[in-house]
Amino acid sequence: MAFFFFPFDSLICVLLGISFTVWFTLLLVFIIVPAIFGVSLGIRKLYMKTLLKIFKWATLRIERGAKEKNHLLYKPYTNGIIAKEPMSLEEEIKEIRRSGSSKDLSSPEFEMSDIFYFCRKGVESIMDDEVTKRFSPEELESWNLLTRSNYNFQHISLRLTVLWGLGLLIRYCFLLPLRITLAFTGVGLLVVGTTMVGILPNGRFKNFLSEKVHLMCYRICVRALTAIITYHDSENKPKNGGICVANHTSPIDVIILASDGCYAMVGQVHGGLMGIIQRSMVKACPHIWFERSEVKDRSLVAKRLSDHVEDKTKLPILIFPEGTCINNTSVMMFKKGSFEIGTTMYPVAIKYDPRFGDAFWNSSKYGMVSYLLRMMSSWAIVCSVWYLPPVTRECLSNGTAVCCYRTVMTNSGV
Amino acid sequence: MGSRASTLLRDEEIEEIKKETGFSHSQITRLYSRFTSLDKGENGTLCREDFQRIPELAINPLGDRIINAFFPEGEDQVNFRGFMRTLAHFRPIDDHEKNKDPNVSEPLNSRNNKLLFAFRLYDLDKDDKISRDELLQVLRMMVGVNISDDQLGSIADRTIQEADQDGDSFISFTEFIKTANTSLEPWARLPGTTLHHCHC
Repeated sequence: MAFFFFPFDSLICVLLGISFTVWFTLLLVFIIVPAIFGVSLGIRKLYMKTLLKIFKWATLRIERGAKEKNHLLYKPYTNGIIAKEPMSLEEEIKEIRRSGSSKDLSSPEFEMSDIFYFCRKGVESIMDDEVTKRFSPEELESWNLLTRSNYNFQHISLRLTVLWGLGLLIRYCFLLPLRITLAFTGVGLLVVGTTMVGILPNGRFKNFLSEKVHLMCYRICVRALTAIITYHDSENKPKNGGICVANHTSPIDVIILASDGCYAMVGQVHGGLMGIIQRSMVKACPHIWFERSEVKDRSLVAKRLSDHVEDKTKLPILIFPEGTCINNTSVMMFKKGSFEIGTTMYPVAIKYDPRFGDAFWNSSKYGMVSYLLRMMSSWAIVCSVWYLPPVTRECLSNGTAVCCYRTVMTNSGV
Repeated sequence: MGSRASTLLRDEEIEEIKKETGFSHSQITRLYSRFTSLDKGENGTLCREDFQRIPELAINPLGDRIINAFFPEGEDQVNFRGFMRTLAHFRPIDDHEKNKDPNVSEPLNSRNNKLLFAFRLYDLDKDDKISRDELLQVLRMMVGVNISDDQLGSIADRTIQEADQDGDSFISFTEFIKTANTSLEPWARLPGTTLHHCHC
């Protein structure tokens, strides 16, 4: 049939046409349709396992090659550096009090030495990372075939260089266009979908539809990044009238969180494409976007957030990160503002698996677009999301000073 | 992930840090890798945001103060030496080390220095006293926004009453030592000899 539409002598045109159709059908069937229904075909997990096997092989080659050439392969990770025995927070506090004080143990709500526990936990987290601790030394040394994470290794052996070159080809010529297509599809659907939902009158049906549209588009975006996410403790997912507080390392966090639940975003108004997206999102369900000038007014921020939070039909708030290191002040301010409101807080911890590449956005070095391109041309983004137990009023009313953080801090899985 | 670190820390530096802080060679290189992985700006120093990015630290009520402890007065960047110097406070107390030379200053991880570190977490204005306000601030941070000011105030008053011995309603360092007189061992858990993974 294609013959009738293209000039006969242009075989290339024909091939292009067919391959384009095939490509798009595959895309539709394997990626977009599951995204719409929230179903996973397991393709990404299989992909991740294959990648890990390849990385292991590459690591062994590196080690062999390094030994042959007598390169110094430094293995800094020998063992965990912190000797820990897992104890719950209450047991630890009791032990601290018992070991020093001769006082009566049953009553005190607060002792000056209670800070020692938090002090130690804080410094332990600075010294070591739960994620890196789980891996054996071989895995940590593994090279994930991206030159941006390791500078010296691709010239150790010919086979490795070939593999690296192949990886480059696959990533830039196959994965990247695929992902860009998906990203455009996702964003386009979001804008169109939310605008259409915005036409409807306010009510339960509109909320229902807007939720579906949002989830679908975020799921497509997640696939556009080939993000393989594991959600833990979903029973603690944020509910209406609460604030979701997450440790943000990059704007991708928003996509990761929003593909598992619906949130009202908080952030600054941007221009350009982001602005279009923001404006259309607001049509479907209420988000909170601040003008640049309003951001500096702390009481205004607090007022708008508390107004939103008091309306129980509105979605939980998620604070959008603006960037890092240099211009992080607005995020910090939003976070402090959220503490003053005194509503339920849902802490969420997001951990990126370092074996697959660094998801950090250095906003002084890379703009948003080049950052996204970097993310899309890496192998995958593997991360874990922990929904930590909410922090509420009731938890604090019995006067135990450390109760507030009991559940948060003893989650040693984080 | 780890190989950048090995090329940038020279042996002489490692020796100096070893002498100053008492960490072992492998511990220093391990912590240097950690330092470089936290240093996202890749300029050899850490800024406050680098610390705040650690999830466990971000949810720790004392997180901000602990971070401040790393930064010398008025500065916004800490290099590896400063980083190690602060972390050295958390090594286990070396009871078996005898100071033969009385002129050598106390090791960073001595009991006294550990308590001083904790004292400074309370004492923000650095006047060597913990005032009722400073105590209230720490209480507020650990408790959150939902206990009434009166309740917090009475907790603070009770604490000061118990600790204050010279009656000036401030807690000085010596009074602090007496009140917070714990064994400190649960406080500092770096391995002397035991090293094991934690698969919690």
